Amino acid sequence: MNKHNHHEPLIRISKNDAMPWQKAWAIRGACILAAFIVCAVVIVFVTNLNPLQVFASMFEGSFGSERKIWIALQNTAILLCISLAVTPAFKMRFWNLGAEGQVLMGALATAACMINLSDLPSTAIIAISIGASLVSGLIWGVIPSLFKAKWNTNESLFTLMMNYVAIQLIAYFITFWENPKGSNTVGIINFNSEAGWIPAIFNQKYLFNILAVFILTFIMYVYLKHSKHGYEISVVGESENTARYIGINVKKTIIRTVAISGALCGFAGFLLVAGTGHTISTDTAGGQGFTAIMVSWLAKFNPIIMIFTSFLLVFLERGAGEIATAFRLNESVSEILSGIILFFIIGSEFFINYKVSIGKSKKEVN
Amino acid sequence: MLAILAGFLKQAIIQGIPLLFGSTGEIITEKSGNLNLGIPGIMYIGGISGVIGAYFYEKHGDVDNALLCVLVPFLTSILGSVIMSLIYCFLTVTMKANQNVTGLALTTFGVGVGNFFGGSLTSLFGGEGGHIALNATGKYYQATLPFADKLGLFGETFLSFGFLAYLAIFISLVASWYLNHTRSGLNLRAVGENPATADAAGVNVTLYKYVATCVGGAIAGLGGLYFIMDYIGGSWTNGGFGDRGWLAIALVIFALWKPKFSILGSILFGGLYIVYLYIPGLSRNSQELFKMLPYIVTIIVLIFTSIRKKRENQPPQSLGLTYFREER
Repeated sequence: MNKHNHHEPLIRISKNDAMPWQKAWAIRGACILAAFIVCAVVIVFVTNLNPLQVFASMFEGSFGSERKIWIALQNTAILLCISLAVTPAFKMRFWNLGAEGQVLMGALATAACMINLSDLPSTAIIAISIGASLVSGLIWGVIPSLFKAKWNTNESLFTLMMNYVAIQLIAYFITFWENPKGSNTVGIINFNSEAGWIPAIFNQKYLFNILAVFILTFIMYVYLKHSKHGYEISVVGESENTARYIGINVKKTIIRTVAISGALCGFAGFLLVAGTGHTISTDTAGGQGFTAIMVSWLAKFNPIIMIFTSFLLVFLERGAGEIATAFRLNESVSEILSGIILFFIIGSEFFINYKVSIGKSKKEVN
Repeated sequence: MLAILAGFLKQAIIQGIPLLFGSTGEIITEKSGNLNLGIPGIMYIGGISGVIGAYFYEKHGDVDNALLCVLVPFLTSILGSVIMSLIYCFLTVTMKANQNVTGLALTTFGVGVGNFFGGSLTSLFGGEGGHIALNATGKYYQATLPFADKLGLFGETFLSFGFLAYLAIFISLVASWYLNHTRSGLNLRAVGENPATADAAGVNVTLYKYVATCVGGAIAGLGGLYFIMDYIGGSWTNGGFGDRGWLAIALVIFALWKPKFSILGSILFGGLYIVYLYIPGLSRNSQELFKMLPYIVTIIVLIFTSIRKKRENQPPQSLGLTYFREER
């Protein structure tokens, strides 16, 4: 049938299952290096600036001052939190593209608590906000998963649409909460009383966020690697039939896992409103729900490695923002550079998962 | 009353055209099994490549030559979209990378490139800075049939668009014919349903995926071009294109992967997108709720098609999956 049967193809690709991790990481490192070189070429081509100078100021963006370091750490914490949230679902091959919406719903619930309960003591508001944000993120995630479990409704498209419903819901509430009237923004919530704000620890206002996510990372690591649930998730991800055969309730696993995923997204929304911005807009999640998907995938769903991949993406974003101001370029440089680097990292997986042999290989007998 | 309805219909069509380009392109792409979530990025690129082409043509070329004024941005737009689609194909087909991740990265990149060049093209190359205004080329894209306004309400509603609007409808009719009535269209659908079977039957899976994705990308990119050159009239606002790219992907689902359905679907979506402007006495907060409509309608369609499980209304079976011949 196949007309190529008679001659050997020049390039032959085969699966490579067992690559030592040192070699795999060497390949990833080389690809990131190559990506930076391409970025440098692009920068020179577009702007005629010295690329070394540009990279130096990128470094400045994340590490330039104590304040910048804290901001970079805080941004990493949020991105990491969302990435951790989407991971269990992805491991199960449930393509939750709705993290953005789930984060926004958590943020909406938190903002609602802060605005409507502002007379309660701050700790009570925080406690209620956490509960409300977990529940609303959970609901937003579980709706598509119910349909997935019952009718096999395509979850990536469903969750994607839910993002925009969430965005419009926030736009709807902003019209009630706007402050000052007519500005179409909510402004800083409880600016004077700071009610419902996460308090500063050791005078560092972002420390709570960072510690909470740090602890969450290890909990997620243990949950995925060493718990019965984690085992069920990976079996369902590998093959639903195998899972059914060994007695795993597939529907229950799907709904439970997506519930956890959505609730953690909601928690990220809580951190964003109560811990970081103290305000809400349709841009509160800022596309991080999508970036998190890439962070999680690049780390091969390993929570510990996600610490590094999320930091890498934050570093790029902060760095490119710095370039933009330092060299009076457009802010969008950061998206271009992240895009190029992502392409390279995505491509690098090929050389890890597959073996490429050029020229004649040994004849295989079929 | 009739005049208001006609005006509404006209605006709905105008809003629908970029979505129609995007969804026709994405349908062709998805028929090959590639779920290209980079379409929003590609539509940005299609727009900005056209803008770049027009910018340099207006600077160096003859702005009285209508044909070249239209052709140069048109071709640069296609070139930009095809380059983006090639990146996607190279990563997902040749390098067998995950389609969702690659698509999202492509969207990040495309929106970035669009906003970067859109915002700084003049300061990068001209020196004067400020906004781009491509009035000379834009006016050819906006040109309508000379007798359109003499035909009363009918002409006003159906004949008063630039040529790209008619091209969008024409392309989706051709796509519909191609997918259902040609040998090669059958092969393409086979690749999307079950690439292993298609491969065994002698269909070049890799080639079909590449060509379908690139052609689909080029068509989607024209949606960006229409938005910038015709709807806006040749200027760029950062993020002005908004979330229309995602709406185009929603339209693919709504149209049940059938290009001819997406013609009517795009007008409906365009209408839903702006209907809040036409309902009298709507408060600002209910306007925001009305803007949810296209997405909610899409979700409902998605749910109903999955419940009814009619074979011909399902997504291509291998949609989103990577094909590796030795894994059969």
